[in-house]
Amino acid sequence: MDFIINGKAVSVAADIRSSLLDLLRETLHLTGTKKGCDQGACGACTVLVDGQRINSCLALAVQYQGRSITTVEGLASDGQLHPLQQAFIERDGFQCGYCTPGQLCSALGMQAELARGVPSRFTVGVEPAAGAPNTEDLRERMSGNLCRCGAYNGIVEAIGEYLAQNAQEVPVA
Amino acid sequence: MKPFTYHRPATAQLAVQQVAAPGGRYLGGGTNLVDLMRSGIEQPEALVDVSALDDALTASGDGGWRIAAAATNTAVAAAVPLRRDYPVLPQAILSGASAQIRNVATVAGNLLQRTRCSYFYDQASHCNKRQPGAGCDAREGFNRDHAILGASSACVATHPSDMALALALLDARVQLQGVHGQRELALADLHRLPGSSPEQDTMLEPGELITAVILPPPSAATRQSSYRKVRDRASFAFALVSVAVAASVDADGRFEDVRVAWGGVAHKPWRANALEQHLRGQPPTARHIEDAIALELKAAEPLRDNAFKLELVRRTTAAMLADVAGEPA
Repeated sequence: MDFIINGKAVSVAADIRSSLLDLLRETLHLTGTKKGCDQGACGACTVLVDGQRINSCLALAVQYQGRSITTVEGLASDGQLHPLQQAFIERDGFQCGYCTPGQLCSALGMQAELARGVPSRFTVGVEPAAGAPNTEDLRERMSGNLCRCGAYNGIVEAIGEYLAQNAQEVPVA
Repeated sequence: MKPFTYHRPATAQLAVQQVAAPGGRYLGGGTNLVDLMRSGIEQPEALVDVSALDDALTASGDGGWRIAAAATNTAVAAAVPLRRDYPVLPQAILSGASAQIRNVATVAGNLLQRTRCSYFYDQASHCNKRQPGAGCDAREGFNRDHAILGASSACVATHPSDMALALALLDARVQLQGVHGQRELALADLHRLPGSSPEQDTMLEPGELITAVILPPPSAATRQSSYRKVRDRASFAFALVSVAVAASVDADGRFEDVRVAWGGVAHKPWRANALEQHLRGQPPTARHIEDAIALELKAAEPLRDNAFKLELVRRTTAAMLADVAGEPA
């Protein structure tokens, strides 16, 4: 199976039954992406496929051949943390850190959705408003990512601050 | 998980041929099927991936829309013309699942997802839907989440889709491709009540593929349509009950068009036909609305743990109909 993972072409032999999550972790040893529930309920396995967030545990790897996949390992560049990673540190967006890779990828996927005008349950009106979401909207849009430590306040602050400072930023592709 | 062969056909016709292989199943976004395969509840031998087939949203000549089956839930919820003319549809979709799931879940896959009855998932339990003839442990078990309408002694499971409820309300139709050609079915007739064969969720023929959902032209009622979901958490949870409403009031202050669908109460999206018939042409007074809801609920048979759903669906429906009519809830 062929993929582009964090910008690099990768060709691997994999079991037809392998989830994208198991392929990343077990075959490619990219263990930054975490397995929480393995049934699409917790969001710890969130990665970006062509810039869109998905649960890699519910994705059969075979279905994603040829696609461009970004994991938490692909966020920093030249030894510099991604500004969202930096914001999580500054705002205490975690305790144990297990959900953090998923939270980071999910928030970047959300940023891309906001840029494309994807609404949430709280969007008022037909044309989604531009700009950073309010806290209620942000929490709704991030509701696919659970944090058992309950670091939600820090997570929401970190993402909110990042979005406010990077509203014009082109999200990860 | 049992091994399977993987196919990625370029056309719906080819997909229908490939799924005829022994143990053939269609694969959309996989958000439900992969989970069921991992737990051994589904054991397909051949997966026919239809997620890369037609996903276009196309205006019909009559003012309605054709939503191709592989459109993602996110794409449908974000479509501005649908948000304007059928707000119940994006509202329902955005009330379901999480953004990650909606990004890959397809329209057809959403319609064909299986129940979330915990006895269906727990293989140590008896379940007629999972294993015909095994019995139903939910009927006398912990059945807070289960059906109050249209259930049978064999099955009390509910259909979990929010989107299907909105489409049933909008009188949508589904386009199907089978080995012998194409046909259309009213969405309200796609799903079925469990009766004595709850293993059968829908009226699809074996191997039939949903290729599109057709929305009829919008109306004053669909433009004022809305969706309300009552659940245990603020987000990312299945409905205890959900209510979809589309209604318009004429110049004399009477219901011209009034449609109500209930979720979380039955094995299929529940169109409240008796309620609708009672209210059509009537003024939207609290008394008429309460009478109509009571009429619809006359057939309800609550189980040990879910009688609360009657009151919940009554209050939610009354509040929403009062909103449409401009009355205080």
